[in-house]
Amino acid sequence: MTILAFDWILLVEKLILIAIIIFASLGIALYTTFAERKVAAILQDRPGPNRAGPFGLFQPLADGLKLITKEEIIPTDSNKILFILGPGLAMTAALMTCAVVPWGGTIEVFGRHVALQIADVNIGMLYVFAVVSMGVYGVMIGGWASNNKFSLMAALRGASQAISYELAMGLSLIALIMLTGSLSLKTIVEQQVGHVWNIVYQPLGFLLFFICALAECNRTPFDLPEAENELNFGYHQEYSSMKLGFYLFSEYINMFISSTIMATMYFGGYDLPFVHVANPNIAAIVGIIVLMVKVVMFIFLFMWIRWTIPRFRYDQLMTLGWKKLIPIALANLLLTGFVILLKQNHWHF
Amino acid sequence: MQALTNRAKQVERAQMSFIEQLYLWNILKGMFITFGHMFKKQPTIRYPEQKREFSPVFRGLQVLNRDEEGRENCTACGLCAVACPAEAITMEAAERLPGEEKLYKEEKYAAKYEINMLRCIFCGLCEEACPKDAIYLSETFTPADYARKNFIYKKNDLLIPNPVTDPKGFADARGSKVIRTSK
Repeated sequence: MTILAFDWILLVEKLILIAIIIFASLGIALYTTFAERKVAAILQDRPGPNRAGPFGLFQPLADGLKLITKEEIIPTDSNKILFILGPGLAMTAALMTCAVVPWGGTIEVFGRHVALQIADVNIGMLYVFAVVSMGVYGVMIGGWASNNKFSLMAALRGASQAISYELAMGLSLIALIMLTGSLSLKTIVEQQVGHVWNIVYQPLGFLLFFICALAECNRTPFDLPEAENELNFGYHQEYSSMKLGFYLFSEYINMFISSTIMATMYFGGYDLPFVHVANPNIAAIVGIIVLMVKVVMFIFLFMWIRWTIPRFRYDQLMTLGWKKLIPIALANLLLTGFVILLKQNHWHF
Repeated sequence: MQALTNRAKQVERAQMSFIEQLYLWNILKGMFITFGHMFKKQPTIRYPEQKREFSPVFRGLQVLNRDEEGRENCTACGLCAVACPAEAITMEAAERLPGEEKLYKEEKYAAKYEINMLRCIFCGLCEEACPKDAIYLSETFTPADYARKNFIYKKNDLLIPNPVTDPKGFADARGSKVIRTSK
């Protein structure tokens, strides 16, 4: 009877949530490609894609159809298993991250309290870090399996970049975690609801985190693994059809997820300041919308930066990562620790 | 050494300061510039709906001219073919037979007249060379096509509409409104 005692409805509830979040992430990634092209166009005084459907809104569907129907080419000299594994791994890692993000408060359906979060892991932040680091395997394996010099160069660059910037990212987050005292994203958001957002306590930490997030997502100015004009699109040079689509998609999903993480960690997540909604269901829906607005603003910032500044040179990238960001992150960590210590010893200032 | 002009500037090769090495300030400046471009007017002409006005001296697709009575001006002298730097024009002459006076202005006419639009560079030298005002370049361009052979324009494709039977088409072709559709 133990198997029947299991909370089956919880399973169904989580499955529905997972399906919704995966499809929503894919849909958002689809339309982020469109937004990217539109933002690029507007920043460059162009109209952008405007032929497919009203305002070109069907453009991403056409792009997707094109990618799916294109011929699938696997180079003869490539390692076939790894060649297919690469984009799959990139996509899986990108999608797995959203498991711990709290998308909203709790809604009440048929008398059940459903938390709008797939898993409230008490080490949520560590989980995010672990999965994001896995994303680099997608780049590495793809570049290695292609059996192409450019791809390999790009994979090497991508790996070293990800490792270098993860350090500064982790250090900037430790300062935040020292303040919140919890690794659970849910707890971090709940601490911010109705209070001051973490950005006020950790402005420098946020800046560092943001720069590192740009690097982790392989976004300009840190898009060295792709580097269209020096490495011929880098690690996905040999890829075609939907395998290329997976790489491009995972990049946009990564962008979406890192925007979500930033909104959650530093900008109060689903918290709408100065407004209190009594009905929990409506509050949860408002929360989702608020989170999405924050995420969209971050995505716009990503794109704005992409279409403003050129790519860093490799040595500049490494200098910035190791000689600038890590010392600043350490100083930030030290300062935060110092202030926390003073607070604990009942210093008032 | 005396500088040749007063525009020479000393290049500064000093090391960047720590703040400068973070690039933040300059990146912010750049971002404000790009943000400003969001509100600028787009110079784009949305082509199929909007069309750019051609200048009156635009050198477009060739037209073979007729006189007011609808007779072809061309006498197949071949000067245009000689003048053509791209060697795009070929023609075959024929003698006007009795009873064809309404069709051709002079005793000799072009039985065959072809311009290869893939070779033509639209320089307008044929127009300059023509002593009979028989060929001129209109204010339109060659429409796109799917086959190379369709770009060899025959006499029928090039001839202006007959002013007697189709005065409106003739006037349009003469003026700036001629629009050719793909065959």
